[in-house]
Amino acid sequence: MSSNTGSNSNSAAEVAVSVENVTKIYPGGVEALNNMTLDFPKGELTSLLGPSGCGKTTLLKIIAGLLPATSGAVKVNGKPVTGPGRERAFVFQDFALMPWATVIRNVAFGLELQGVAKSARMAIAEKQIADVGLKGFENRFPHELSGGMRQRVGLARALAVDAEVLLMDEPFSAVDEQTRRKFQEDLLGVVQNQQKTFLFVTHSIEEAVYVSQSIALLLPRPSRVSEIIRPDIRRDISPDAIRRDPVYLDTVERIWKGLRTYVE
Amino acid sequence: MMTSLIIWAIIWELIGQFELSILLPPLSDIIVRMVEVIPTATFMKAAWITAKCFLVGTGLAIAAGIPLGILMGRSVLADRMLLPWVNMFLSAPLTALVPILMTLFGFGVKTIILTTMLFAIWIIVLDARAGVMNITPSLVEMAQSFGANRWQSFTKIYIWAALPEILAGIRLGCIRSVKGVIIGQLLVSIVGFGRLFELYSSNFLMEHMWALLLFLFFFAFLIAEGLGMIERKFEYYAAARN
Repeated sequence: MSSNTGSNSNSAAEVAVSVENVTKIYPGGVEALNNMTLDFPKGELTSLLGPSGCGKTTLLKIIAGLLPATSGAVKVNGKPVTGPGRERAFVFQDFALMPWATVIRNVAFGLELQGVAKSARMAIAEKQIADVGLKGFENRFPHELSGGMRQRVGLARALAVDAEVLLMDEPFSAVDEQTRRKFQEDLLGVVQNQQKTFLFVTHSIEEAVYVSQSIALLLPRPSRVSEIIRPDIRRDISPDAIRRDPVYLDTVERIWKGLRTYVE
Repeated sequence: MMTSLIIWAIIWELIGQFELSILLPPLSDIIVRMVEVIPTATFMKAAWITAKCFLVGTGLAIAAGIPLGILMGRSVLADRMLLPWVNMFLSAPLTALVPILMTLFGFGVKTIILTTMLFAIWIIVLDARAGVMNITPSLVEMAQSFGANRWQSFTKIYIWAALPEILAGIRLGCIRSVKGVIIGQLLVSIVGFGRLFELYSSNFLMEHMWALLLFLFFFAFLIAEGLGMIERKFEYYAAARN
């Protein structure tokens, strides 16, 4: 499965994020990553998929600059990562919204930290809130929103800083199944409209195949990239049609066959 | 609560009217005495000194206690060094320390302020520490990932995330402050209400004594309730933090 579809085929060769021989050993001796090397193509959504314990969240946090690697290097656009940076934005599994701040202040928080003037950042935040479908909720507080709406706020916050790379750590795992499906459909649109690179951690095979241009299949003990899969799904068909697409179903089946031996 | 207060006031009045004890004059007489005593210059001056000592002492306790608590919540080393002391002072009979303060700082306002601070600060430290330790880790990571420096993390995340606990600490600290400011004055006994207490009790002016006590109880109650109200305003997100 090496062929590509859609407009992304031209930029597929260009690398946005490269992980070179990264090893991570936590204090106490637990080895989360072992000499991992992986490239993430620009302008695409790449999933990190694997069973728990394969180090996918650890890898994402190292790329984010939130965790230091024990050895090896991460480069974003060729520049080595030494800490968090403006070209990357993170979407958290538990949303990580400030409960004391309104939706609009939460969305503008990245810009606030960057020192963007209030009127400018409020204007940007307002637009992002509208784009994720939360118009009218600007002055609500997070605890007044449902889980799905909260993650929309988390996504809007990440989009507001206009980073080139979006790091998403199981962003839909804490929302209910229906909301999750809607989210996945919406994400396809976001990926199409934004000229950004998405790194998406998930443990759901269906989700990975549905939203990704490419999937890095990670396996645990020792943690490694077992395979890169590019689901050859036509993206011009409707969101519902994708879920019935034979290629989609075959890819899900194939990944499951590869993973089932690792599930206790 | 109002009903129970009224019932007790009636019981008090009845016991007072029967003149069972010189220690307990009728409530109505005390209230008449309050109206008479409170506007006097001596009383107002004493109240002013007390208020000043209370505000400065509590202010110092808050200003020093919150950063110290946050430091302890953040740094394992600082926590190990300081926690035993904080716990000891929290439960220690601080009144016994006031004579030492008097020899160091004299029989005046300074000693009273320090006593007030000493009573208030430890619970503020412990609550701020607890607040910081309960912060959701992802909130700190979030600030970091969007480029917050240490100062921004402190002012925009830590303080706010720990605010419900910090406010609870301030409320409990203020209640202890009231004790501190009165005990300090009683022991120093030549300024403020301490002097009045001394004066009234040595002359067996029980109505004056009760008038003063009721005045103080009323204010202590008012402070605790007022702070409790502020605290409840911020509690809306205490439960929603995780």
